[in-house]
Amino acid sequence: MTTDFANHSESSTGTHMKVSVWRGEGNSGAFELFQVPAQENQTILDVVAWIQQQSDPTLSYRYACRVGMCGSCAMMVNGKPRWTCRTHVNKVLQQGRLEIAPLRNLPVIKDLVADMSEFFDKWVKAEAVFHPSKTRHDAIEPINPASPKRIAASAAIECINCAVCYAACDAVSANAEYLGPAALNRAWTLLNDERDSANSERLKAVSGVGGCHNCHSQQGCMEYCPNELNPTASIAGLKRATLKHLLGWKD
Amino acid sequence: MLDVRLYLLQRLSAMVMAPLVLGHIAMMIYAVQDGLSATEILSRTQGSWLWALFYGTFVLAVSVHAAIGLRVIVFETSGLRNRALTVFTWAVFAGLLYPGIQAVYAVTAS
Repeated sequence: MTTDFANHSESSTGTHMKVSVWRGEGNSGAFELFQVPAQENQTILDVVAWIQQQSDPTLSYRYACRVGMCGSCAMMVNGKPRWTCRTHVNKVLQQGRLEIAPLRNLPVIKDLVADMSEFFDKWVKAEAVFHPSKTRHDAIEPINPASPKRIAASAAIECINCAVCYAACDAVSANAEYLGPAALNRAWTLLNDERDSANSERLKAVSGVGGCHNCHSQQGCMEYCPNELNPTASIAGLKRATLKHLLGWKD
Repeated sequence: MLDVRLYLLQRLSAMVMAPLVLGHIAMMIYAVQDGLSATEILSRTQGSWLWALFYGTFVLAVSVHAAIGLRVIVFETSGLRNRALTVFTWAVFAGLLYPGIQAVYAVTAS
């Protein structure tokens, strides 16, 4: 048993910990306290699942793969956005307590379920959508994995769409039009994808009023990205690319 | 709120300001250390196109840079949007440019 775990056992009731969970629909709601049995190996998603299965079956939350691939289960844990299926309780417990809430910067549907519509709508607005330059009848285009463009794309490609970066972003909080780190990160990977044919439209899409230039480079996205991506660097790349495009400079 | 053109203008105005700030500080240190009086300073600046260009450019760059910067801050911290935000941006620009150019004129006109 780790020191952290011993600490949370002492400060909770017996072998239980105190878990505050956001309950409510839409804009109204409040935290509700649950006593959850402490286990040595336990993720935040395990805690939420225990509450729903053993204490209150009306609790709503979202998950799918449970192994950090699908990006469905992100929530605010003690005020920070996290992928709950891969976040161990021991690492985030504060004085025997957990506070679990729906993702910041998104509307709440119910309890821990955030409405992801605007998050994904912004992906489309940012032209973070693949536009193939060839058809299935053409030969497969060889891509050199060592080319600078492919290296730039590969560095940012492992996004699981969990919206942790979107929840961490203060620019999103302050500016509802801002497209956000995930959509812009995806736009950057496509900008560097030699098979894509829509870079002109993409650069226009990320140059508008809610575009990449609204990022303040605070790097909250990079700090909390569970896959350790750096959307701030991707957005900086978009800023350079849009300026070059505006000024008519070639890459 | 910030598109690529405003972003570019703010960066360009910052690039213009950087050497001018250094030049301004250097001039102030020179003037203070040599104990120049206001009359002696005016005798050097009045009728000088070089100083008029130096401080005229400075005032213009500051007005552009500050107006866009304040536009961002006001947008993110208040409810100001759309036309009101545009009016605010131009008002800050004019409010800095007009007295600034007046001051430059006052010390450089012969």
